[in-house]
Amino acid sequence: MSGLKRFWQSDLMWSFRHSPVAIISLLVTVLLIFTAICAPLLAPHNPFDPATLNLMNGFSRPMEPNQFTNEVFLMGTDDQGRDMYSTIMYGMRVSLFVGFMAVLFSMTLGVVLGLLAGYLGGWVDIIIMRIADIQLTFPSILVAMLIFGIAKGFTPIEMREQMAIWVLILAIGLSDWVKFARVVRGATLVEKAKEYIQAAKLIDRKPIAIMLSHILPNVLNPVLVIATISLALAIIAEATLSFLGVGAPPTQPSLGTLIRIGQDYLFSGEWWILFFPAVTLLALALSVNLLGDWLRDALNPRLR
Amino acid sequence: MLAFSIRRIFQAIVVLAVVGLVAFSMFRFVGDPIDNMLGQERTDADIVRLRTQLGLDLPFPIQYLKFLQGAAQGNFGVSYRQGRPVADIIVERAPATLELAAVSVIFAIVGGIVFGIFTAIQRDGFIANAIMTSSLIGVSLPTFLIGILLIYLFAVELSWLPSFGRGEVVKIGWWSTGFLTVSGLKAIILPSITLGLYQMTLIMRLVRSEMLEVLRQDYIRFAFARGLSDRSIHFKHALKNTLVPVITVTGLQIGAIIAFAIITETVFQWPGVGLLFINAIQFVDIPVMATYLLLVSVMFVVINLVVDLLYYAVDPRLRSDGAVKAGHQ
Repeated sequence: MSGLKRFWQSDLMWSFRHSPVAIISLLVTVLLIFTAICAPLLAPHNPFDPATLNLMNGFSRPMEPNQFTNEVFLMGTDDQGRDMYSTIMYGMRVSLFVGFMAVLFSMTLGVVLGLLAGYLGGWVDIIIMRIADIQLTFPSILVAMLIFGIAKGFTPIEMREQMAIWVLILAIGLSDWVKFARVVRGATLVEKAKEYIQAAKLIDRKPIAIMLSHILPNVLNPVLVIATISLALAIIAEATLSFLGVGAPPTQPSLGTLIRIGQDYLFSGEWWILFFPAVTLLALALSVNLLGDWLRDALNPRLR
Repeated sequence: MLAFSIRRIFQAIVVLAVVGLVAFSMFRFVGDPIDNMLGQERTDADIVRLRTQLGLDLPFPIQYLKFLQGAAQGNFGVSYRQGRPVADIIVERAPATLELAAVSVIFAIVGGIVFGIFTAIQRDGFIANAIMTSSLIGVSLPTFLIGILLIYLFAVELSWLPSFGRGEVVKIGWWSTGFLTVSGLKAIILPSITLGLYQMTLIMRLVRSEMLEVLRQDYIRFAFARGLSDRSIHFKHALKNTLVPVITVTGLQIGAIIAFAIITETVFQWPGVGLLFINAIQFVDIPVMATYLLLVSVMFVVINLVVDLLYYAVDPRLRSDGAVKAGHQ
């Protein structure tokens, strides 16, 4: 209990309580993540079960009874009578899953390589940071596309549909590790020179133990900030790739895939097939982004 | 200056060699080139013959050198999907992308500088604030949504502009241009705005903050005290001093424009190199992917190199730092 109270009264929480933007964006983020996780329980229809689909429901307008079946859909239906509201919930699951896994992957990779480069120095440092420099020359979305293409070439044709999500995670994750590595390396260089590390070396702690239990906890703050902003970027990157048709497969549509499908119906006036997935994507990306911005300012000692 | 240039050029060559190795490995190891070129009915003799013909029996480093030699001569292999030399396809598609990129860059520079000066001079004005706020929203929108939004507004609702394609093109030699027909000019408006919008906001914010910085300085105050006109102070004295960072950022952003052209070209079905690349990824057309990678990296590396060298030439502070360091060593 006292621990909770201490947390509530900490600087971070004080800054949080006094920032309406942070509170609203956290609420929106939590709400969207909750809906995505509980989609099978909350969604009124299962969009992937053909038995519940009724073709007569196709192209129902949002909030209006369908002219044949009189059913009402909150966000309308697509061409095959799929409830958009449920489809978006399931689509958000794919988007968030890919986003979280990609950030987890790039964070792990970046932190490990950054620690190694900063702590060991020498040729390890040179090789890792040169690769990082080369990768930074290219926009990360281009790197992600390329890795997706190469990985797709390596997976056997019959496995491609199932593997697409994992290939996507690999591609987005690999395109984004440099940011983590650079920050961790810089922070490690600073920490390495401090006395407690020299003391740890003196009592013969192993380098791995020093890196993980002494340096890592002290460089976590900036990593957390980058991870939050990276999540927003990863969600947008996933949506972009899926929109371009080189991401999530049609059997597991993400928000980007839904937007791509919706674009085809824009010209014939069925705006809701595009509109609702796009708004959901924006709300998700924007709230995570604002949360990251707030966290960066709140954890930055220079701005206090 | 000479030492810096040599070091920088050497770095660029190393980057290109690494990218070339990646591109070559894609050719060599992603899927079997023999499988891709020979059909179902093949004999072992065919395989051996093609293997020697393509030089796949040679040691790896020699194959790599041969690949680089071929690439330097414009020989990038044959597209698996279209069955034509990749070089021909790229040459056919390049004008569309280059025209789109050029118009976007001009839009970004002109729009960015005009809006940047405006928001800096009218610092607390209502319109300036509105521009700054909407630029924030514009930056957080993904490119493809901006494109769709523009299509919806100007092509579907207002039907002023076409929603896809290049319109009519005129052939001048091997170059096909959309600049000479009305439909071609109309078709390029929406894609170039979509592509250049992010860069425009970037340049706008840069020009604004640099202008605000410069306008605070003494020589501007003296210029006001001398009774020079606002116009002459803003454009002759202030703007000139903001342009160096703008040139740098614009130069570096040209690479990003080429890369993001992939997205814009897909939204607007613009028949350029980016659309070709996306289709190549969908069908795992390795030669096209590898060629695109090579061309784009050559472009990026050259742009970065030129910008670095220009910056070094323009900014004397960099030079003196280098001299001090060299003196100490």
